[in-house]
Amino acid sequence: MSEQNDPGQWPLWEVFTQPEGGKPHEHAGSVHAPDAEMALQNARDIYTRRGEAVSIWVVPANAISATSPSDAGPFFDPGNDKPYRHPQFYKVPRGVRVF
Amino acid sequence: MPDNPLFEYLLRLGDDRLVLGHRLAEWCGHGPILEEDIALSNISLDFIGQANLLLGLAGTVEGKGRDADGLAYLRDGVDFRNHPLVEQPNGDYAFTITRSFLFDAYDYLLVQALQQSANGELAGIAAKAVKEAAYHLRHSSEWLVRFGDGTEESHRRAQEALDALWRWTGTLFAADDTDQALAASGVVPDLSALEPVWRAMVTEVVARATLTLPPPPPTGRGYRRGDHTEYLGHLLAEMQILPRSHPGASW
Repeated sequence: MSEQNDPGQWPLWEVFTQPEGGKPHEHAGSVHAPDAEMALQNARDIYTRRGEAVSIWVVPANAISATSPSDAGPFFDPGNDKPYRHPQFYKVPRGVRVF
Repeated sequence: MPDNPLFEYLLRLGDDRLVLGHRLAEWCGHGPILEEDIALSNISLDFIGQANLLLGLAGTVEGKGRDADGLAYLRDGVDFRNHPLVEQPNGDYAFTITRSFLFDAYDYLLVQALQQSANGELAGIAAKAVKEAAYHLRHSSEWLVRFGDGTEESHRRAQEALDALWRWTGTLFAADDTDQALAASGVVPDLSALEPVWRAMVTEVVARATLTLPPPPPTGRGYRRGDHTEYLGHLLAEMQILPRSHPGASW
């Protein structure tokens, strides 16, 4: 993240908005801001102008650890050919009438 | 006393918001950073939206067939009733923020109180505006604290802005016969009750910003008769040229 080190640029914050109470916060985008309070205000102006959210989280972008594209193979591919990890793989015994 | 005090009062409310909304819109595309550019444009549109409702109601109350556009675009400077504070040019960003802060604190208290207006339509407009006003105040006060308590340069610029703008705050709470007549009938709040609250809010934020409050400003009511600083005419020339050059134009 070269942007984080640019002295002429404010730090980057990742923005998560909650569309309604009880729903999970979802990633909406990012903003630049000098601190957390201003990041919340900027996020409010950019991502919630049309009534999209009831709650906002902001997180310093450099506090997020993320997988890199080169991790995709070892991280995710092994899950693709193991159908027994899905409940649909299993037949319900005839004796279980409740289903 | 004007013939129609409510019409006069609605012009004051509407013109403050129209003029400040226009000033903030001048930053559109020139903000110091994209996020602030968007924030100021949002706030600008909040004010212009409020002005549209207030001037629309003013036109209805007047009953002479003028609508919000007619009042916004076809009056001259002497007929504008805004405080001189809001017509002051933008200056640097510290100046714009300080001007907004001084007005936003006043605006928040006023629209909060106007929710209880005996005039149902005015109370309704205030109920819609008060949430916007609370956000405007949060935006400008947080920025003022950061400028004042920021770097040496940002502190200097914020203090210069406060010193220059403070003199225009003397008129905010100078009630005249229009204010008093409407306050007596419960249509508008008693300004003298709001002033100490405003002063406490401003003092608190200015202290947090490590800035120094200037000595008490002069009070006056001349602007209620159409006395303005030289800046309003230039602002109106730009704001009004299109509807005046092309009457009735639409798109």
